[in-house]
Amino acid sequence: MYHKEKSIQIKNSASALYNNLGVLRIAPRRLTYFTVVHANVVNMVSASWDGLNYSHRQLQSKEPNVATSTSLIMQAAFCVLPSRDLLVVTSQKGIQMYESDGSIMVYWHALDTPETPTAQAVFARGISAVWENYICVGVSSGAILVFDVPSKGSNITLSEVVEEHKEPITDIASECSGSQECIADMVSADDGGNLCVWKSGEEFQLLNKIPGFDMSCSSVKLWKGTVAAGYGTGQIRLYEAVTGILHVEINAHARWIYSLDIAPFSGLLLSAAEDSLVRVWHLTLTPETNTVEVAHLHNECVTDTQICGAKFCDGDGYAFAVTGYDLSEIIRYTQT
Amino acid sequence: MSSRTLPLLFINLGGEMLYILDQRLRAQNIPADKAKKAPIPAWIEDDRRRVMNDIITTMFNKKFLEELFKPQELYSKKALRTVFDRLAHASIMRLNQASMDKLYDLMTMAFKYQVLLCTRPKDILLVSFNHMDAIKDFVKDSPSILSQVDETYRQLIEMYTPLSSGEFQLIRQTLLIFFQDMHIRVSIFLKDKVQNSNGRFVLPTSGPVPYGTQIPGLIRMFSCTGEEVSRLQFNNGGNYTSPLREGSFEIFGDRVTKLGTNMYSVSRPVETHMSGTSKNSAQHTKVSAVPNPLAKEELNLLARLMGGLEVQKPGNADNGFRVNLFATDEEEEEALISRPDELSYGVINIQATKDQHANAELAKIMGEFTESGDQSPSASSKGDDLLAMMDGL
Repeated sequence: MYHKEKSIQIKNSASALYNNLGVLRIAPRRLTYFTVVHANVVNMVSASWDGLNYSHRQLQSKEPNVATSTSLIMQAAFCVLPSRDLLVVTSQKGIQMYESDGSIMVYWHALDTPETPTAQAVFARGISAVWENYICVGVSSGAILVFDVPSKGSNITLSEVVEEHKEPITDIASECSGSQECIADMVSADDGGNLCVWKSGEEFQLLNKIPGFDMSCSSVKLWKGTVAAGYGTGQIRLYEAVTGILHVEINAHARWIYSLDIAPFSGLLLSAAEDSLVRVWHLTLTPETNTVEVAHLHNECVTDTQICGAKFCDGDGYAFAVTGYDLSEIIRYTQT
Repeated sequence: MSSRTLPLLFINLGGEMLYILDQRLRAQNIPADKAKKAPIPAWIEDDRRRVMNDIITTMFNKKFLEELFKPQELYSKKALRTVFDRLAHASIMRLNQASMDKLYDLMTMAFKYQVLLCTRPKDILLVSFNHMDAIKDFVKDSPSILSQVDETYRQLIEMYTPLSSGEFQLIRQTLLIFFQDMHIRVSIFLKDKVQNSNGRFVLPTSGPVPYGTQIPGLIRMFSCTGEEVSRLQFNNGGNYTSPLREGSFEIFGDRVTKLGTNMYSVSRPVETHMSGTSKNSAQHTKVSAVPNPLAKEELNLLARLMGGLEVQKPGNADNGFRVNLFATDEEEEEALISRPDELSYGVINIQATKDQHANAELAKIMGEFTESGDQSPSASSKGDDLLAMMDGL
């Protein structure tokens, strides 16, 4: 179904972090940006669609105080809003927001880090653009910071801090179908496997809480009102967001899942794990009967690699890209 | 990232170090031509035990462990290497720089292997217990050291058994950042086919799934009322089997996993290959070339840690005996000369620090080390010696 294309070499190897691949497709300029995190650096590559031009850039984590220890980056992700695209980088010290090409930092938010390290680690992780003007970022305390983003300029403000989760946030996703009908805008996941479903607004409203089973949910996606969640046990579960009804349970992987992605136009689901496998599934939603069906379509094995990031490169799922721990390349696959 | 990583890193690396030293000490005891005839002379056997006891006593020193178990960020590779240098020299044994480099390479690659191959993050604790069990066996005839080891078991259990799976994964991710880009080839791993010739470990898509995971292959679909309406099988692309039973997280017990047990023996010598790794390490992170802003904090941490390290005064250098991790002295010398630059551990890079207190503290500790002429007989110890750093201040 898919075949391997030429890989993109990156300057450093990918670190073992959840959802460690950012992809931004820029159709008017016929190029795609990729971001891969390595320790305290974000490697950015801009790849032209004709495969002829690659340019690289590295972004460092911000250390406001040189005397303190290195700030490791937990995640880098693109946030696509109607008016602008931003690149958000979260680390142990705070949250940086850049223009999508990484050229200028437009905003910095520092986390409250204690003077001496505490047993509970402090970091920000979990990034998503929500609705028209919000960017939500999770924190290790379980709080979610909601930032209000103007259509241009750097006057980004912290609009709200939502505290519902009690464990570190692992991932946040927003409704990606583009449909106006969906009630739920956003889903957040934590290290205990708990999922919270939200409606955005001046005050974010909690619509539903789906309890976990003491197993971390490392990656989550929301599509047409359906939550797809990947767990450390290797299971994928599909829930109806607003009611919490479990539609599908898949014994998908033999190791911890590190990344999920959905191609919104086709309903393809991508899952990747430490077991070296990337799997492609197809979701069929039947609103009349309120059922969800899943079919398994394809496997790719990245030999001797623990995969840490996997994303579709386009809304149809025609191509996808993969990163792995200790691997200094972005592996790409396209439909045959 | 996780502030609870250092104790596990230290204990597991320390455990591997002891396995390797034990194997080398036994191997050096037996002169090649007399192997089958004469029994091992008693004084050599005693020395071996003494070296192991001295190192283990130092490793589990109460003050040292107190510092270790405090919440803190992981040390840099250089800082940790310095700690192990001191540890390796906490007895009458002496190692040249080439041997110390090789020892550290083996220790780190072995633990990297164990961390990667653990089927689930919590198993890193079982690996640690395997090392602890072996250490306990090394000192089973010495009650005072034994009680130190038992105390450490209790601290490990108290700190780690309540942690969630997510917290263990964070610890694992922190360790993997520490081991990032290390691809040194180890003979035993190559022979056993667990490492490829490019230095990367083999990750099989077969074998038992982790405890708590189902064998992949099943899709279950449910109705709104929670009844299963259909199930589908799919090809998982591997050859997985049911999980093994869970290992014991108590002081005694079957750990089930073999990771962290001693893989060396006198007949399976330890070797690393340096050639070919320089090609692979071309991708080495360039960010470490940036002046290290955390040198000052690391120095403070090291000073506190070293303050807790009780070093055995070796008396005079005559009593010390040298251990070689290579087959011959010539090989050891050759290894030192031909070691690729990017793989040298080097000295801790100290920025000019105006902190008198930190310097004074470290100078005082260094003073304790130098009192009785703690000099490695090899002139090439300059690179890894804290004393050399002090000269530069």
